Amino acid sequence: MELLCPAGNLASLKSALHAGADAVYLGLKDDTNARSFAGLNFTPAKLQEATELTQKHGKKIFLTLNTFPKPGEEYRWYQAIDLAAKLGMDALIVADLSLLDYAHRHYPNLPLHLSVQASATNLGALSFYKEAFNIARVVLPRVLSMKQVRDLAKVSPVDLEVFAFGSLCIMAEGRCQLSSYVTGQSPNTGGSCSPAKHVRWQEEGQNRLTRLNDVLIDKSALDEQMGYPVVCKGRYITADQDSPQYLLESPTSLNTLSLLPELAKAGIVSLKIEGRQRSPAYVEQVTRVWRQAIDTYLNNPALYSQSQNQPHWEQALAKVSEGQITTLGAYERDWQ
Amino acid sequence: MKISLGSLLYCWQKQQVADFYQQVAASQIPLVYLGEAVCSRRRELKWGDYLELAQMLKQAGKEVVLSTLALIEAPSEYTELKRQVDNGEFIVEANDMAAVYLAKERKLPFVCGASINNYNRASLDILQRFGMQRFVMPVELSKAWLQQVIQEQPSFEVEVLGHGYLPLAHSARCFTARHKQLTKDHCETVCREYSKGLLAQTQEQQPLLRLNGIQTQSASCLDLRSEIAAMTQMGVDVFRVSPSSLDCITKANALVDTIQATKNTQDFSMNSNLDITQCNGYWFGEAGLAVHVNP
Repeated sequence: MELLCPAGNLASLKSALHAGADAVYLGLKDDTNARSFAGLNFTPAKLQEATELTQKHGKKIFLTLNTFPKPGEEYRWYQAIDLAAKLGMDALIVADLSLLDYAHRHYPNLPLHLSVQASATNLGALSFYKEAFNIARVVLPRVLSMKQVRDLAKVSPVDLEVFAFGSLCIMAEGRCQLSSYVTGQSPNTGGSCSPAKHVRWQEEGQNRLTRLNDVLIDKSALDEQMGYPVVCKGRYITADQDSPQYLLESPTSLNTLSLLPELAKAGIVSLKIEGRQRSPAYVEQVTRVWRQAIDTYLNNPALYSQSQNQPHWEQALAKVSEGQITTLGAYERDWQ
Repeated sequence: MKISLGSLLYCWQKQQVADFYQQVAASQIPLVYLGEAVCSRRRELKWGDYLELAQMLKQAGKEVVLSTLALIEAPSEYTELKRQVDNGEFIVEANDMAAVYLAKERKLPFVCGASINNYNRASLDILQRFGMQRFVMPVELSKAWLQQVIQEQPSFEVEVLGHGYLPLAHSARCFTARHKQLTKDHCETVCREYSKGLLAQTQEQQPLLRLNGIQTQSASCLDLRSEIAAMTQMGVDVFRVSPSSLDCITKANALVDTIQATKNTQDFSMNSNLDITQCNGYWFGEAGLAVHVNP
């Protein structure tokens, strides 16, 4: 079972390798990936350095190309594929049909991982991508219950990777337009959800107003813990309720530490840690905990749930979680 | 330009749905999409009921397309999808790649719905080779995007959602049930209580979202009727009205009338002043909720 960790920059990548990641994923410094934030990501030269460093450690490195080429600018995405092939990277994480097609035709030996942004949640969709583009792996959207993951794993024609920890998208990824409805930019079109340039915080008496392109997403007390402002985690009012509620989801993070045995038994090949936009310290902390958890499980699966370390791991992860609250999300049927 | 009626995205009582489609049958709307595209737990109408409605509409002279689920998770949903694709009479609107796969395997033509990610011509041409007959543009894309993509005449038809509430996202979670403190497995199909979804406003009373079970829609109603002439010139083949009430049939019917009465599409003009409950931002490359005012 692979531990796959995020790298927003070289420092995070080193932290991940140092703390025990089996593989890292990263993106180029432009909108060919959905974490296109200022100060993040890799130039081609840095990408080469990152690839050499990672492979020297005997670990794997994947290039994230999970946005959709814009008309007239397709060549930028194709160039990124060419670059990954030239550097000998270990896989591409791709969602767009034309990119899958390009990579499959030009570099049949470069493994393709179907990005979560492709929103493939069932046998039919997986069979489609396997037969058309020979994908090796799919990253499952965070919409399936544990039972559904198990059912799919039994019949899937490709390896399965799941999100184990990090920010929680509550929508079928890649098909959510909430960000562009409010700001004009979505992960698919602009390279990020809730672009920072549209976020504005205002203090008003004892309250902090959170605005996204002027739309009031939330009103909170000044001392309240807040997550990054996204439309799905705001507080709104309905006709039959007077007080504002988190109608979609509250600011929580995904944490599947307690599900690790289930995921392993289901045959999941890779556990993904979200957070290319987070600090090297976050990457270090989260990677270390998950490394220990996975090793503990593999050493003796029967003893995992009684491990004395569990509370410490949970504590360490809670500290770096959004709103310091974690959930199993859709894996747990009642969450749905 | 052809006017189409999108599938009904809300959960209405069976009788209401039947009455609705009787009126559709009597209208001049030439193209009708039909079926449950949002949630498999909605069982007011069964598959057989939809097939009967489809046949009734076909006999009334309509071109009928069966819409399929946008989010397919459980094996049972995939099995149901196979049954739909294998109906032997009507083509389907694929709203998930699973439906594309099944249609492709069976060498059946299909319509690619707006919830499948298509952001460039190369991807569309791949789907066309797999059997895509018509492409419904994802809701967040713009006129400028479409112009560029269909500059070179495509060998598939192009459909644009032009009127109605915008489907923005799908989740595993049912927001309507959650609002009623119910879990999805025991939801009592509570979405029946909201015939146009449950409106969510910001804390400044700005209408923002419309919760429709596992689907999240825009609070504002998209209205691109004033763009029909421009769309026709660009090469858009179908203008879709997404229904939320009987009134939408009247609106769609009026559009058919107007288009027929207008010999030269250049003369086709509609009032382009939108009010605060409407939006058209995406089409003009802006935030979806924006109201773009023509200079």
